Amino acid sequence: MSELRRPVECGVPDSKQFMHPALVRNYGKWAFHDRPRPGVLRHVSDSGEAVFTVKAGTQRQMDVHTIRKLCDIADTFCDGHVRFTVRSSVEFMTTDESKVEALVKRLEAEGFPVGGTGNSVGFISHTQGWLHCDIPGTDASGVVKALMDELVHEFKSEEMPNRVKITTSCCQINCGGQGDIAINVQHTKPPVINHALVAGVCERPAVIARCPVAAIRPALVDGKPSLEVDEKKCVCCGACYPPCPPMQINDPIHSKIAIWVGGKHSSTRSKPMFHKLVAAGLPNNAPRWPEVAEVVKKILAVYKADARAWERMGEWIERIGWPRFFELTELPFTKYHVDNWRGGRANLNASAHLHF
Amino acid sequence: MSKKMPPTPMLDQLESGPWPSFVTGLKRLAEDGDKPSAKIMQGLLGQLEHSYQTRKGYWKGGTVGVFGYGAGVIARFSEQAAQFPESAEFHTLRIMPAPGFFYDTKTLRQMCDIWEEHGSGLIALHGQSGDIMFQGCRTEQVQPAWDKLNAMGFDMGGAGAGVRTAASCVGPARCEQACYDTLAAHRAIINDFTDDIHRPSLPYKMKFKFSGCANDCANATQRADVAILGTWKDDMQVDQKEVQAKVKQLGRKEFINQVIRMCPTQALGLNDDDTLDVDNKSCVRCMHCINVCTKALKPGKEKGICVLVGGKRTLKIGDLMGTVLIPFMKLETEEDFEKLVELAHNMLDFFADNALEHERTGEMIERIGLVNYLEGLGLELDVNMINQPRTNSYVRTDGWDEEARKWAERKTSAAE
Repeated sequence: MSELRRPVECGVPDSKQFMHPALVRNYGKWAFHDRPRPGVLRHVSDSGEAVFTVKAGTQRQMDVHTIRKLCDIADTFCDGHVRFTVRSSVEFMTTDESKVEALVKRLEAEGFPVGGTGNSVGFISHTQGWLHCDIPGTDASGVVKALMDELVHEFKSEEMPNRVKITTSCCQINCGGQGDIAINVQHTKPPVINHALVAGVCERPAVIARCPVAAIRPALVDGKPSLEVDEKKCVCCGACYPPCPPMQINDPIHSKIAIWVGGKHSSTRSKPMFHKLVAAGLPNNAPRWPEVAEVVKKILAVYKADARAWERMGEWIERIGWPRFFELTELPFTKYHVDNWRGGRANLNASAHLHF
Repeated sequence: MSKKMPPTPMLDQLESGPWPSFVTGLKRLAEDGDKPSAKIMQGLLGQLEHSYQTRKGYWKGGTVGVFGYGAGVIARFSEQAAQFPESAEFHTLRIMPAPGFFYDTKTLRQMCDIWEEHGSGLIALHGQSGDIMFQGCRTEQVQPAWDKLNAMGFDMGGAGAGVRTAASCVGPARCEQACYDTLAAHRAIINDFTDDIHRPSLPYKMKFKFSGCANDCANATQRADVAILGTWKDDMQVDQKEVQAKVKQLGRKEFINQVIRMCPTQALGLNDDDTLDVDNKSCVRCMHCINVCTKALKPGKEKGICVLVGGKRTLKIGDLMGTVLIPFMKLETEEDFEKLVELAHNMLDFFADNALEHERTGEMIERIGLVNYLEGLGLELDVNMINQPRTNSYVRTDGWDEEARKWAERKTSAAE
């Protein structure tokens, strides 16, 4: 064991060593930007120097051959520099305008759709799913691949009223985060408990403390210490499952998919918003989840046709009102849409403002 | 010798269509002759297909680490190990990229070579926290892979109940709207917290994210316990000639529709000569008009940051947005950066001392109230912290005169 190496706690490296030299030259000195065409940005600095960025979609979970392919492209067109966006798109930068068309063509030829700029549907930020997560109710990369196949035109063009950020999450922890459209697993049945394993695997007080509705109690089952769930109280959130895998929440039939809309991080125009539930009970239908795609495409089509320039999805709905949203999308409005959680009264209409 | 590829009829359906297919990538790795990564991937493809068939996941967590660190490796052991022994262990190494996700190809190629030798050859760029995720590694290969990645000048990211890997927007590297150096702030904070990243000892996770303006391209507001957003204090910069050009380009009606009417506080007007009338006192620095008129309008010159605290998603008490903690501070000099790092440490210490187990910062503030949090950190009240004053009368106000006096004193000292 003597040859074990102590780690060098270097933290994060300085980005400038990896940046295209034109970005280092003009760091903090940018004057303005515009978009010559969808998928291409032009940033001009105070000195007049312009940098062109070509943005393309990736599959995020990349094999080394795909990454090397991206490196080949960066070596050919961008002096060996490349960056990724928060949403896993890849960006190639060059100061040479004459290279842009060839770069776009090359990316498209290699199977990377060029787009994701301006008022487009960006790549779907997503989680790990069945590929790597220990608690997933569904897959992530597969759902996203299937959806992006359907939405590729909206990625490559800038025809939406404003940018559309879609997220997916394979459990209710929602690692995918807020989105104009969020596609999340929604369990519909309480956990099924394997009482033989609980005592050996779970720290029972910690599991009890995780429950948001105090529905879990210690219990003796078949003479063994275990846990029981008050099924009337249980909201099927799955919070007890990560600390206690014998409380199996995932179910091939009863773990459904729900769609939420109108989430937004930015403080642009309106303050940040949470996404709101609009559809649930959709089947976890691998490998292409067609029922989910249908609802997402319907919502996007209505938003595209009805929203004003620069309205994000949540802002558009605030203007037209929820009755009109459900009317236009033809989604059912149910008792499950009415918030009954702590603070839920804030989501009720305390006014005589009505839409007909 | 490589064994036969497992049949994957369901995954095969994800190979068609215009979007790049991760399945094609997995298969390419699995077909890589006698490379160790090929074997792991054959097992993985079999298990993933099994998940698709049965609609269930089959990974168990566990504890796998590297010498000297208590976090950064996400252990995965298969519950289907008997059926898919090649991927029975499929751990992930979380590695922190440079702020802003910048790479040169030499670095990426080196990472690919290391991962082909020691892992599965599958790399996610990037995870939701902002890590490079080297996915799929057997236990005994974790340390050698890590040794090589560390020697390249990269460090492990956070996991569990510690400080997590941060994320930042592109910032001043390629954006005229960045009101502070997001990449420098990211690095200053993270590199001062490496101990809290590598040896988790907090009640629960703590995340920092950095966006250069209110557009929040790093998705910080709800995804980070501490969201650091760029803003400015003085008047927005207006190039009236460019405004007139924009009005000409869009037409008056569309300019009014897209710029004037969209201002959330009605701070804009269009003058008769097609110049812009800005009521800067009403402006909330939301960035909308600047987004539309990228040549004509810019943030002001007195730039800095605002700090929001407490963003998080559902579990346990429900979703929370970050709320204003520091409405404005400058972030230019070395002293400014030191002040920010010190604030971050104070926030972490208070959280470590006062949060319940598995409680996030926002949940703690919800439980104890913002005023107690401010007192604990020694921060001053600011009206920018609220949407509106309280609407219920359940409050004991017997210290009113004293508090009013404090406010008057602060106003006087600020004016001096």
